[in-house]
Amino acid sequence: MSDPRQPEGIVLTEAQKKSRRQRSIATALVLGVLVLLFFAVTIVKGPAVLNRPL
Amino acid sequence: MKQASLILSVVDHNAIELSPRISEAEVSDYIALLKPRVMSLVIFTAFVGLLIAPGHFHPVLAFTSLLCIAAGAGASGALNMALEGDIDAIMSRTANRPIPRGRITPAEATAFGVTLAFFSVLTLGILVNWYAGALLAFTIFFYVVVYTMWLKRWTAQNIVIGGAAGALPPVVAWVAATGSLGVEPVLLFLIIFFWTPPHFWALALFRSDDYARAGVPMLPVVAGPDATRLQILLYTIVLVAVAIAPWPLGYFDAVYGVTSLVLGAGMLVFAVNVYRRRARAESLRATRKLFAFSILYLFALFATLGLEVLVHTIAPSVW
Repeated sequence: MSDPRQPEGIVLTEAQKKSRRQRSIATALVLGVLVLLFFAVTIVKGPAVLNRPL
Repeated sequence: MKQASLILSVVDHNAIELSPRISEAEVSDYIALLKPRVMSLVIFTAFVGLLIAPGHFHPVLAFTSLLCIAAGAGASGALNMALEGDIDAIMSRTANRPIPRGRITPAEATAFGVTLAFFSVLTLGILVNWYAGALLAFTIFFYVVVYTMWLKRWTAQNIVIGGAAGALPPVVAWVAATGSLGVEPVLLFLIIFFWTPPHFWALALFRSDDYARAGVPMLPVVAGPDATRLQILLYTIVLVAVAIAPWPLGYFDAVYGVTSLVLGAGMLVFAVNVYRRRARAESLRATRKLFAFSILYLFALFATLGLEVLVHTIAPSVW
């Protein structure tokens, strides 16, 4: 038998779920762009990428 | 029994109090935190800084530099909004920003701004060069700490000194491209630096009630509209002289020089109008015109510099 007063935890509203999903997608895209950027610059610089003078 | 139910009620109450705030902020709210319109001007001036820089700069590195400078500007905007939620809520121009509207909390905006600042500086440093990264970090620091935290609520010279932050992006771009400093980016810096007071004081003149309500010591609030009109005129004279100077000094060529002369004459006419027309309706019109023209002035001046380089590159004999 379950306790009727048992907390349900956090239940998100539809608006909260939608905005969270939007934010998650945006974060994923930004991280993806960052990965591509580092990859592209590594290719462009070639071995010089290891040369790190000020 | 009675004591137990009291404890339970306290626990329930605390549970409600401690429940986390669930954000309903959308991506567009976070984009608004970046001040996209300011960012577009930053990107544009930085792009011109890249274009006029000597030597070859790989397009991927140029894109990376612009992206980092834009992200740094966005970080500055977000941190500025995080610190100015109280002022923004009072002023009609800024009351619709995400923090006064309750879409994003100042703590969320701070976390967003700090993260963006950290990654923009780090990425520029690692992928391009550390001089540019350090200068970008200084620009963000200057805008957030020196301008927003210190000068803005303290002195009527806030936008004069704080304008240095807005003037630095083309310098950051030049340093990213060359790894060193030159006279040309300093000239670009000076043009934006002296452009900032007439531009923002024009805005402050027709928004002075807003600033007064928020307790921000802008020049029209502290010294009055007449003193502001005089300062606008004086700064415009200096601006026009500074913007023309690179031509006779031989840094930029005649096309830039003539454009600068014509646009400078326009700036002076609008500034003199602001100085002379003091009746309420007339003054408002003159101030709005100067504000609008000042944007065109800076855009056209920098666009001329950029176009010169592009035309030189594509068809060296044309220009």
